[in-house]
Amino acid sequence: MFGIGIGVTDIISIIFMAGGVFFMVAGAVGLLRLPDFYTRLHATGKCDTLGEVLMITGCMIFQGWSFVSVKLFFLIFFIFMANPVGTHAIMKAAYYTGLKPWKKGEGRR
Amino acid sequence: MFEMVDVFLVVGISIGFTILLCLYRAVRGPGVFNQIAAVNVIGTKVIVLLVAIGYIFERPMFVDIALLYAGLNFVGTLVMAKYLERGEICSA
Amino acid sequence: MIKRSTVAVFIVMFAFWVLLSACIKPLQGYYDPIHIVVGMICAAIATSVSRDLLITGKENMTLRKTFRLLLYIPWELWQIVLANFDVAYRVLHPKMPIDPCIIEFDTTLRSDFALTTLANSITLTPGTITIDVEPERGRFLVHAIASKAADALLVDQTMQNKVAHVYMEEGGGE
Repeated sequence: MFGIGIGVTDIISIIFMAGGVFFMVAGAVGLLRLPDFYTRLHATGKCDTLGEVLMITGCMIFQGWSFVSVKLFFLIFFIFMANPVGTHAIMKAAYYTGLKPWKKGEGRR
Repeated sequence: MFEMVDVFLVVGISIGFTILLCLYRAVRGPGVFNQIAAVNVIGTKVIVLLVAIGYIFERPMFVDIALLYAGLNFVGTLVMAKYLERGEICSA
Repeated sequence: MIKRSTVAVFIVMFAFWVLLSACIKPLQGYYDPIHIVVGMICAAIATSVSRDLLITGKENMTLRKTFRLLLYIPWELWQIVLANFDVAYRVLHPKMPIDPCIIEFDTTLRSDFALTTLANSITLTPGTITIDVEPERGRFLVHAIASKAADALLVDQTMQNKVAHVYMEEGGGE
């Protein structure tokens, strides 16, 4: 359809990778736009993880069945476990050091 | 019309631009916690950038480097969080 | 003297080494005796350092729990996709409708794996992040970004019931 080199599998992987890039851009915009530390962690902890998983799934579909796909699958698994734990650790450190959360109607911090 | 290498190039450039966006929060964040969160996010995006570069230059070794850097980034964030909460890393 | 869980951890580490030393064309990887012996030494060092962190000897009925965990994962993946559409909508909306608050509730889960699974699920689902967990009473401290998400966690209790069903403890009521 697009030339000799692009097939149906490649179209599906392009869709996954485009979704992944959209969620990562949304995570970065959330990091800049939200008014408080705790809400910024909401944006990055969720959007970043899913954006990465979608993007690496796109790479896996592009590659097919080989050993590189197994290594990419382990990378997905590790990121799924590690990113929420890192987010939770730094949020707990901030809460017990005394950083106050933001209520609606205050100024930006 | 277009090859898969062009797709990976566009993806790589977009992620590089996103990393530059996060750099603002790493420099200006009021307090140290915003800066640590921004560095963690930059590290996470670098993992994806390494996989994309591996596909552009057609070297499958870059996936191993990405796996290693994921572990390093995770351990670094946990150590910083533990130090800020308790004031020491290992209580000997 | 050497427990069964230590041998299981050693087998997992060595299998991971064998997997990582393969190449793209199958059966042409680095499989000569030197690499296998070095792999065994590295796996033994890694096992001796982290002896009972990965596979503890205290869980029983692990096979049924693993099967139920594999059934729980697709529901969780769907919740994660919903969560991210919700967060992307809130971030990219020009008026940014957020209203954060902090909630605290009790559950009846007591084992390590169950508490960790529930904390990870709360962090990955719409609008909530775990701040702290107390293992003695099963008490969770949660930061919610909107009151609708907080109600889904406090009133419905769907996630606690599902995790309690996976790990075969009593219902996650308050």
